[in-house]
Amino acid sequence: MRVEVDHVSHVYPGPSPRRVLDDVTVELTQRRVGVIGANGSGKSTFLRLMNGLIVPDAGHVRVDGLDTAKDAREVRRRVGFCFTDPDNQIIMPTVAEDVAFGLRKAKLPKDEVAGRVDVLLRRFGLEGHAEHPAHLLSGGQKQLLALASVLITEPDLLIMDEPTTLLDLRNAAEIGRVVGELDQSVLLATHHLYLLESFDRVLVFDGGRIVADDAPGPAIAFYRELMGVA
Amino acid sequence: MNTGTLGLYRPGTSPLHRARAGTKLLGLAALGLGSVFLTTWQTVTAALALVVALYAVAGLPPRTMLRQVRPMLFIVVFVAVFHVWTAGWVRAYEVLGVILLLVLAAALVTLTTPVSAMVDAVVAAAGGLRRFGVDPERLGLILMLGIRCVPLMSTLVAEVREAQSARGTRSLRAFAVPLIVRALREADAMGEALVARGVDD
Repeated sequence: MRVEVDHVSHVYPGPSPRRVLDDVTVELTQRRVGVIGANGSGKSTFLRLMNGLIVPDAGHVRVDGLDTAKDAREVRRRVGFCFTDPDNQIIMPTVAEDVAFGLRKAKLPKDEVAGRVDVLLRRFGLEGHAEHPAHLLSGGQKQLLALASVLITEPDLLIMDEPTTLLDLRNAAEIGRVVGELDQSVLLATHHLYLLESFDRVLVFDGGRIVADDAPGPAIAFYRELMGVA
Repeated sequence: MNTGTLGLYRPGTSPLHRARAGTKLLGLAALGLGSVFLTTWQTVTAALALVVALYAVAGLPPRTMLRQVRPMLFIVVFVAVFHVWTAGWVRAYEVLGVILLLVLAAALVTLTTPVSAMVDAVVAAAGGLRRFGVDPERLGLILMLGIRCVPLMSTLVAEVREAQSARGTRSLRAFAVPLIVRALREADAMGEALVARGVDD
């Protein structure tokens, strides 16, 4: 999967407009790309460009040649998005129903939907919770549910915006393990730097710009120095 | 967290669980309309006995049934006192009986019907509204989000109350302002998630 970000800038309007991305240009083709940076550095906005949740004020974002501003529907079929807080992403009351929700529009036979849901729930260790209220799961289970709900539509690229921020160390490591086993390309923003150690490439954001673009080791070292915690 | 009258689905294999969602919703609507004819204590008692029996048929214990009406205890007491005072015991029983009957019946439908099946039934029933520009899938989505927001708001209220207690304040403004702000933020985030999941396509 190829993502091209071409001279993209974005400003959040308001009484004091804030430029969150400033002329960012990058091309992503690797299977595992990490995004790190301080709060407010532009990471989340950058991720939201990838499936058209945010359309840039200037520049273009293309996913496999599709412009996110013009082909948002097709882009969203190929790009799944996992948010920081899974509670915002869970729509249906029970676990199995929430995973199946993404297939509503596909109008697939019920048996096929149930089969696909079952496979994903087993894969993420949630098979015993299929009929449970989704909002009563633990934090780690909710994030796994959110992940399963995105993967049911079989996207080619998975965007994850700080999926471990609200989790304890064990659950964060579990999400890291699950992400490592995914077939999809993954673009992951996180403050848990160890999750990126096996990644192909890491982008460091600061002030709306990419200030480092390297393999995990050098990129994380640069970021630590930037933050003054080297 | 109290999700009370939300009456979340309880999986099962009873005849009520197996019945079509549309049939159950139609039955509930018919009961609602028909309740205006329950004007004597005998008919109210018979109808209540029928609904209680249906809970047993569905394999739902009395505890679950009572949990459905517990959140409306305040209203029950208020209505009871008012009617006993103005119209006597018998009338109070008839009015309260009908209210409890409808709440129990509605809860029974949600307890024995997955939300997705209920939404499918509503979407199918609203199919004819397409010619008037109404999108049945949107109606279904509204229903889903309405149900989803009950535990979400319940959690928000609990968290804001906890924060209030921690700061030792009990003012209405200190409760309402953060609650509204957080509810709006949650709504924004959920809207974004819906778009990300292709709901607006």
